[in-house]
Amino acid sequence: MTPERSVVERPEGARQRTSSAGRRRRRVSYVAYAFVLPGFGLYALIVLYPAVQTFLLSMRNWNIVPGQPSPWVGFANYLQLIHDPVFLDSVVNSVFYTAATVPLQIVIGLGLAVLLDSKLPGRVVFRVIFYLPVVTSWVVVSLLFQYIFGSDDSLANAVFVNMLHLAPHNVDWLGNRWTGLVSIAALGVWKGVGWSMLIFLAALTAVPRELHEAAAIDGAGAWARFRNVSLPAIRPATLVVVLLLIMGGFQVFISVLLMTGGGPNNATQVPLTYMYTQAFANYNFSYGSAISFALTILVLVLSAAQYAWTRSRTKGA
Amino acid sequence: MMVVQRWRRITDYVIRYAILAVVGTVMIYPFLYMLSTSFKSRSWILNDPLQLIPKDPTFANYVTALGANHFGLFFLNSAMVSIASTFLIVFASSMMAYGFSRFDFPGKRFFFIAIVVGLTIPTMMLIIPQFLLARDLHLLNTLQGLVPFYVGSSLGFNTFLLSGFFESIPRELDEAMLVDGASAWRRYWNLVIPLAKPALATCTIFAFLGTWDEYAWALTTLNDPNVRTLPIAIALFQGEHSTSWGLVFAASMIAMVPVFIVYIVFQRHFVAGLAAGAVKS
Repeated sequence: MTPERSVVERPEGARQRTSSAGRRRRRVSYVAYAFVLPGFGLYALIVLYPAVQTFLLSMRNWNIVPGQPSPWVGFANYLQLIHDPVFLDSVVNSVFYTAATVPLQIVIGLGLAVLLDSKLPGRVVFRVIFYLPVVTSWVVVSLLFQYIFGSDDSLANAVFVNMLHLAPHNVDWLGNRWTGLVSIAALGVWKGVGWSMLIFLAALTAVPRELHEAAAIDGAGAWARFRNVSLPAIRPATLVVVLLLIMGGFQVFISVLLMTGGGPNNATQVPLTYMYTQAFANYNFSYGSAISFALTILVLVLSAAQYAWTRSRTKGA
Repeated sequence: MMVVQRWRRITDYVIRYAILAVVGTVMIYPFLYMLSTSFKSRSWILNDPLQLIPKDPTFANYVTALGANHFGLFFLNSAMVSIASTFLIVFASSMMAYGFSRFDFPGKRFFFIAIVVGLTIPTMMLIIPQFLLARDLHLLNTLQGLVPFYVGSSLGFNTFLLSGFFESIPRELDEAMLVDGASAWRRYWNLVIPLAKPALATCTIFAFLGTWDEYAWALTTLNDPNVRTLPIAIALFQGEHSTSWGLVFAASMIAMVPVFIVYIVFQRHFVAGLAAGAVKS
């Protein structure tokens, strides 16, 4: 008899989430460890252990020379952090990036999904085109946008200055803080809308047609149907998209690294590029870890707050 | 009345297509621009940014990119790393997902919660301790050294995704095989794996794209020019030939070929995978 076949009686009070329903009884089995443990061991080594280490490193003054002492300094790195103007600017920059890219990706992505959510000839072609930037590597598109915004006679200047006359003279997009961030945000939106579109499209497709037809019989126009039928139905998907986009916005990295390198003079630094510079250019591993950990907490608190806020609004409505 | 309705339908279509065409142009233009630049000889590149068709197109950039700087080697490096990682990611996470979806065992909740918690940790947050770990395990500067880190970082998400899918496979099938005396391994390999092909395809695609394009970790751990992967090589190309954008984009186009093939052939799986990954959770 193999161990997996024995249905072991579970002790009183043990959680019986699965068998409490009566059907769906699963066997208590030790064979499962053969399936779970090898992968979990690697996962623990590569993800869980470093996650704890990030915090521990941030409480030390890490010496990269092996064998040299790395004294505990408590929260000193965090104290330094909140007085570090470059770090504070980098947080402001990532707030700007997130505030600029998230709403645009939501609105454009949802708009495109609505347009494509019908029997439109050629919709697959459009879907493929809109999603193409999502599957292209960050390295390639970051270099591409550096080229588009980077020089005096760049494509961006040709379009925005010479064609549309939005500025009196050529703009040094990547040479200034806010225009640099706008260029990086432009890449973020361009690369991201296809993703939100596809998720909205999947959610819209799942909305029952009968709801739309019933609303149409009641005389609701297209806009009213969208607001009162589609939007409430895709609410869970919208919540997930907003959450993931905000988390992603604060983790912007490769595009900044390759388009401006955080420059000029740290003006376009975001937390992750600053962390990377501190760790792998200055070998300041502890300070870099403090930035990493602070950013993670910030992102988790933000998403928890957003989740709580949306839930309370849903209940109140 | 009928005529009015027909006209409304037609204008509706025209407006839809007009908006889609405008957005579609904006979305595809940077790619066309890149493609066109990769066929321009150096002197033309900075002349007229809006000129999409090069005046005298040339393959010179592609020839140079393929010939120079061990580009073939980098392509091979990337291929080996991403194929090995993809195989291990799909294999290990499907085994874990099978364990979670088919058995009860002591500590199951702990293991699963540890995986879900890990999903909220930004990958970049781990890069410093991961670097120290790789240094201590002597995994810096080697291609094999990349693989455990790519696999370990992707296991959580893929296990989570596959567990959900495996749950939807009827348990009665397992029990039928169990009556016939099939071992756990046979039920996994001969029953669940074949039935889960769509979900496994999705995992395979995303794992391959993720590792093929991975930049930050490779940038951090690889110094030796012989073990560079494509994203590293392309970014360095730009640094070394800062004005030869034609060359940079020719190299980029070559690097994108496998991605585009995978994307075009499997594009239906992208929709399915995203729907499963985002909407369900």
